[in-house]
Amino acid sequence: MKIALFATCIVDAMFPRTAKATVTILERLGHQVLFPATQACCGQMHINSGYFDDALPVVANHVAAFSQGDYDVAVAPSASCVASVKHQQPMIARHCGDADLENRANAVGAKTYELSQLLVDVLGITDAAAQLGSYFPHTVTYHPSCHGMRLLRLGDRQLDLLRSVGGIELRDLSGPDQCCGFGGTFAMKNADVSSAMLEDKVKSIEASGAELCVGGDASCLLHIGGGLSRKDSGTATLHFAEILASTMEAPVSVSGEVELLTGRGRS
Amino acid sequence: MSQISLGMPRIASYGSGNLFATESFPHAAHRDLDNAQLRANLGHATGTIREKRLKVVAELPDWEELREAGSVLKQQVMADLPRLLVQLEENVTQRGGTVHWARDAQEANEIVAGLIRAEGATEVVKVKSMATQEIGLNEYLEEQGIAAYETDLAELIVQLGHDKPSHILVPAIHKNRTEIRDIFLAEMAGVDPELTDDPRQLAMAARAHLRRKFLSTKVAISGANFAIADSGTLAVVESEGNGRMCLTLPETLITVMGIEKLLPTFLDLEVFMALLPRSSTGERMNPYTSLWTGVTEGDGPQNFHLVLLDNGRTAALADEMGRSALHCIRCSACMNVCPVYERTGGHAYGSTYPGPIGAILSPLMTGIEAEENNSLPYASSLCGACFDACPVKINIPEILVHLRGKDVDAEHAKRKLPSQMDVGMAAARVAFSSGRNLALVEKGLPLGKLMAGPDQKIKRLPGMAGGWTQSRDIPAPPKQSFRAWWKKEHVPTPDTSQTPDAAAESGEDG
Repeated sequence: MKIALFATCIVDAMFPRTAKATVTILERLGHQVLFPATQACCGQMHINSGYFDDALPVVANHVAAFSQGDYDVAVAPSASCVASVKHQQPMIARHCGDADLENRANAVGAKTYELSQLLVDVLGITDAAAQLGSYFPHTVTYHPSCHGMRLLRLGDRQLDLLRSVGGIELRDLSGPDQCCGFGGTFAMKNADVSSAMLEDKVKSIEASGAELCVGGDASCLLHIGGGLSRKDSGTATLHFAEILASTMEAPVSVSGEVELLTGRGRS
Repeated sequence: MSQISLGMPRIASYGSGNLFATESFPHAAHRDLDNAQLRANLGHATGTIREKRLKVVAELPDWEELREAGSVLKQQVMADLPRLLVQLEENVTQRGGTVHWARDAQEANEIVAGLIRAEGATEVVKVKSMATQEIGLNEYLEEQGIAAYETDLAELIVQLGHDKPSHILVPAIHKNRTEIRDIFLAEMAGVDPELTDDPRQLAMAARAHLRRKFLSTKVAISGANFAIADSGTLAVVESEGNGRMCLTLPETLITVMGIEKLLPTFLDLEVFMALLPRSSTGERMNPYTSLWTGVTEGDGPQNFHLVLLDNGRTAALADEMGRSALHCIRCSACMNVCPVYERTGGHAYGSTYPGPIGAILSPLMTGIEAEENNSLPYASSLCGACFDACPVKINIPEILVHLRGKDVDAEHAKRKLPSQMDVGMAAARVAFSSGRNLALVEKGLPLGKLMAGPDQKIKRLPGMAGGWTQSRDIPAPPKQSFRAWWKKEHVPTPDTSQTPDAAAESGEDG
């Protein structure tokens, strides 16, 4: 299968290892990964901040980047960005009165998957250890991000994939469905409330006793990791793609120079 | 070429009364977050109600269908509102009631005060009612020399404490029982000075106090949960029975109801009676449901007045994206699941309507530019818990985003100089609207690494971004973006020529 990678702006610029891990997983399964070079951002930050006019060229760029090229499906290692592609991009096109863009945005949205959706629903991955060789001998706890849970209805796809990784030990997280308080510019506009939400999330992560908090959205992980780091916590954050990509032969390091990690893992 | 705008006809007037945030949400939240008692009470109460709601909702196999039915019925009501309202008026009138139409809070207050004066009364008892709080009826009546007594226990506590409700279902959620005892001792006439903070003793003291009022007061004021257009029937749903007392004992009953409370037929009540108690108190059925149609000779109030209140509802109805906010049945499920509300409480929202629904309803009813109501749509991380909990499927997150868009447009129209946010968003628009631009920006990543210092953390940023670094570090950015790595270093694995189907199958076999 030809799979177009939508890296997302935050992963592209801040967490390239998440995108590299996504490529590794898909190539390991024998698929061809393409990277449409004109891609940039889904526009969610502008849209959720109310800047619809500024969002239009961002949305148009994404739709153009993924309307061309010969590929079967597109994938992003972020539920939030995929939800924005599917739901918000057509809304912005409609808002700005561009029916053609709306149609093309819908077509791109229909072909775009979040990573665990693609792996489970399209590629039939149910056992990461057996099918991907995933091996990660660490204790982790899992935070399901809001947009994956409620906009894409990912259910337990990410968690089930993690459970099937060799050597992994999963610890329960209390209040898993509670938002970490990120919410894009909410974290700045309502910094006090956002910080109070983060404080509770950090507490439950630390109470889980896990070495790492794993999730599927780099933005939420940046937020949670930022809070853990500020506390000089012993716990760090990691994207589940990294864990699926980790094997016995090529393990992902969680204590050395790991660019993806925020919190303890940075040297 | 210039175009001449002829403007839009002003088809609706905005609401007035208690619908405004008088200080911006972040400021109000900053203060309320420091109230440890409030946070503890809210965390406990919302957590308990959340669990109860989930349990009783899970009992119904057709919950999602019920939600859909509730949503569609309300859509029908909104689409056919003028006809249904006239039908309601005809049926209420035919059954001996009188219908009054109020454009805004002031008109509604004047109508109610006039009706009370016509009865020669100076005291009224009240059933818990959001509509009368919205119009500030108690305060208005006090100015007119009329005393209004709240009879719902929590409303009574709030009223005696000269306070404001902080939750639409549990108005005194911010008070603990010791605080309640102190309020009773200070404010309740004839209370036992030995009163303790035992919940039973507190309830009995309130009961004795209220019984005297029920038996001596000639006029009662209520709201309504539902009004049935094709029969003229009104419905009040409650837990304590005080509502039943108010609705049956006095000689005159005045009901103030928002025009969106309509249902087309009696049969439609079935759907809402399944949705409302489960969503609000987490009960299968509420203890008291009172239904009345006009006046019945020799039974109950012999004078019945229905005041139909607009107060900005038609303005909300005129907003195509936002109008479904009028579907709200005031269950409070959205508040109980909201992580923002759970931490700030209701007072931070200013308006009678707090929480996620208040954050959309208040600005829709008053216009986004009224007072500080433009800060309300930002009081959400857009986590979506409210939409999932809403029994009539109001897509609150989508409407929050829609109202943010209206706010940005309104601000831009007012402002000559761009704000810090405007500048940031314009820069991000350039960076994010082409791969080449983003690649250029990403060339600066190593600079960020320098900023991070020896521990590779960015701990302090200026301006708006300082909100982030007040509680969160940012990791030093990587040396190289993914995009740059892909271009320079990515080598496709040799076996990509393998057919994907075979790969997936071999994977499954493995």
